[in-house]
Order: sequence, then C-alpha cells, then structure tokens
Amino acid sequence: MKNQWPQWEVFVRSEAGLAHKHVGSLHAADARMALEHARDLYTRRNEGVSIWVVKSENVHATDPQESDEFFGPSEDKTYRFPTSYHVPEGVKHL
Amino acid sequence: MYTQMSDGIDGQPNASDERERAFERRLERGVKIEPPDWMPEPYRKTLVRQISQHAHSEIVGMLPEGNWITRAPSLQRKVILLAKVQDEAGHGLYLYSAAETLGTPRDDMIAALHAGKAKYSSIFNYATLTWADVGAIGWLVDGAAIINQIPLTRCSYGPYARGMVRICKEESFHQRQGFDIMWKLAHGTPAQHAMAQDALDRWWWPAVMMFGPPDAESTHNRQSLKWKIKIFTNDELRQKFIDQTVPQAERLGLKIPDEQLRWNERTQHYEFGPIDWEEFYRVIRGDGPCNKDRLQARIDAWEEGAWVREAAAAYARKQAERGAVA
Ligand SMILES: [Fe+2]
Ligand SMILES: [Fe+2]
Repeated sequence: MKNQWPQWEVFVRSEAGLAHKHVGSLHAADARMALEHARDLYTRRNEGVSIWVVKSENVHATDPQESDEFFGPSEDKTYRFPTSYHVPEGVKHL
Repeated sequence: MYTQMSDGIDGQPNASDERERAFERRLERGVKIEPPDWMPEPYRKTLVRQISQHAHSEIVGMLPEGNWITRAPSLQRKVILLAKVQDEAGHGLYLYSAAETLGTPRDDMIAALHAGKAKYSSIFNYATLTWADVGAIGWLVDGAAIINQIPLTRCSYGPYARGMVRICKEESFHQRQGFDIMWKLAHGTPAQHAMAQDALDRWWWPAVMMFGPPDAESTHNRQSLKWKIKIFTNDELRQKFIDQTVPQAERLGLKIPDEQLRWNERTQHYEFGPIDWEEFYRVIRGDGPCNKDRLQARIDAWEEGAWVREAAAAYARKQAERGAVA
C-alpha cells in the first residue's frame, strides 16, 4: 500500500482536429511514466496522436448531490435555442 | 434528492429510502450510474466484487497462455500470442481502474487476491499441455468471455460499461486467432488433428462452466439483473455460447465431447448433457489442477516487482523535492 503510485486520468486525442477525450485512468510514479503507460495501455491500436495525463487528485468536479441546483439555471431558457423562434413562411437563410 | 440524512421522523420517509427510490427510478429509466453518484452500499459492494474478480481473471488468465509464448511454433504465432497476452494485461488494468472509481484502492484488491479472499475465473486453473490448448483457449475461453462481456457494455455502471466496450473490441481478435490455430491444426497432419481434438475434449466442459452455476442455484443472479449489472442469466448466456460454438466445431471437423448434444428443431437450440458441477465447485474451492501454481505465480511477480515500485516512487519523490527547491 505504501508504494502505490499515484493515480492519473488519461485523455487521448484520436486525430488532429478532435479534442482530447477521457479514456480511463492508471497508476504511475511520475508524469513521464504516466504518459508511457497511457501509450502502452490506451493506444495499442492507433487510437491516439496525443495524450494528456492529469493527476486524479487535481481534477475538480461538480457534486452530483447539487446537480439540480447547479445545472438548473439553463433548463427553462428555451429562448437560447434557435428552435424557439417562429420563421415566417418564405423567409430564407435564417 | 435534496434531503439530508435524517432518521425519518414524523412519518417522513427516511432520506436513504428516498435516495434508494431515486436510484431505482434512475436505473429503470436506463440512466447510467457514475462514480460520484449516490448508490446503495450493496450495489457498490457487488460491483467491486464483480469488477475486481473480472480484473483478477484477466491477470491470472495471462499465465496459462504466457506459458507458451517462448514455445510458439513460429515467429508469427509468437508475436500474435504476445500481443494477445499483453491485451489481457490491459483488460485487467482497465477493470482495476473501473473498480477503483468505487473507492477501493487497487493494492487492496490485489492483496485480496493474494490472500485467497478474492476469486478469479476457475477456467484458468487448468493446464495448457499442448500448443493446441492455446488455440482452444482463444476460440472457446475468449469466445465465452465475449458472450459474457458484450451485454455488460450496457450495464448500469458507467466506468464498467465503458471498460467493456474497449475490452470487447479487442476480444474478437483473441477469438479469431484461437480459431485460426484450431483450423490449421484440424486441417493438418492426423497427429495435429488429434492434438486439436484432444484440446477440445479437455477445454469444452470448463468453457461451458465459465458462465457460472445454473440459474436455480445462482445466488447473485436476481439482484444483479435488477441492478442491471447483469443483463442475461447464466443459463441464457451458456445456451447462446453452445448454439454459436457447435457449428464452428463442425466446420473444424472436430467433435464436441458430449454424447447427448443434439439440435432441437422446435426450440431452435442445442440440447446438451449434464454438467459436472461437482468439478466446478471443486476447482473454485481450490482443488483444480493449477490453483496453487497460479496464485503463487501472481504472488511471486508482485513480490519480485516490489523493488521496482519502491525505486520509482523514491525517484519521483526526489525529483519533486528538487523541483520544489529550484
Ligand atoms: Fe480479456
Ligand atoms: Fe481475451
């Protein structure tokens, strides 16, 4: 237990032009090792062209217990969507 | 969902009951559960047990095949087998990391395995006596694993389901390379054909048992189905495996060692002979051909690797200190 390496979250960019996406986690002693392990574990079949690793303890997340309040404000604002507007017959490029 | 933990005074429903109902409604709606979400303790425990056992199976499962890497009959077969065994290591790691999201450190799970407290799939307690066994494992054992694992890509726990998606993509290579070995042997010299048949004879029943005890005896079945950490019952999956595999054996020109095996036109399923559950429980209890060797090999690898883990941790600490000073 005393020597369990820290945990890292792994993000892989599958091709240039796409964002990095979370793929899982792993243990490694330092960042360099985390990147190498991530390559060996998550890109064995050309799944990536770039990898980010972030120590799991450095990830800050929203609290699911507060999800309703936290995300609530955007729920009833349908006017933020183009679909809530009436487009008069014959009007184009709108 | 907003309620605090309370003792349910004044006829108010208990907060944990409330959360439990919310959890069940969520499962019914097919919304996945993610690591920070509230979940009932038995759900968490069952998942940790199931996922860590699955992880242990992947890791221990490297041993019977690893046994043949240096003796593969050609360089091509050797690189294939090496890649397959490496994949299994990866499967173990994906699964440990999925289980860790439930709050159990990986080292604790590994300690439980080494202490003999955690189980792994009993199939890996059988010996790989010939090269054909490597073929039979890929074809039958990985084939059974696929049938088990594909439904789990839809299970209710997000990290487990996502891990299964990655794993299933890799498993079909495993099964095909195994079938390919069997195909070559079955169409080779009479001695090679006999070797393939012998492997099928020895691996068939253990593979059929991989789906676990019959539904009537399975204690976890019902609750796991309700929680959607199991989608089909043991017997349903077993039947599917047999229905899929029998025609493959026929194409190979090999005979499945079951005198009672026959196609039922009415049910559109194969009927099969009785399974020796005594053997299954005996192997699970520790009396299989290789239980001791397998566990000892894992313990040795862990202990002999301890200095590497310590050295890397010490090096990382030192680098961090230097960085802090500079
Ligand atoms: Fe696997
Ligand atoms: Fe596999």
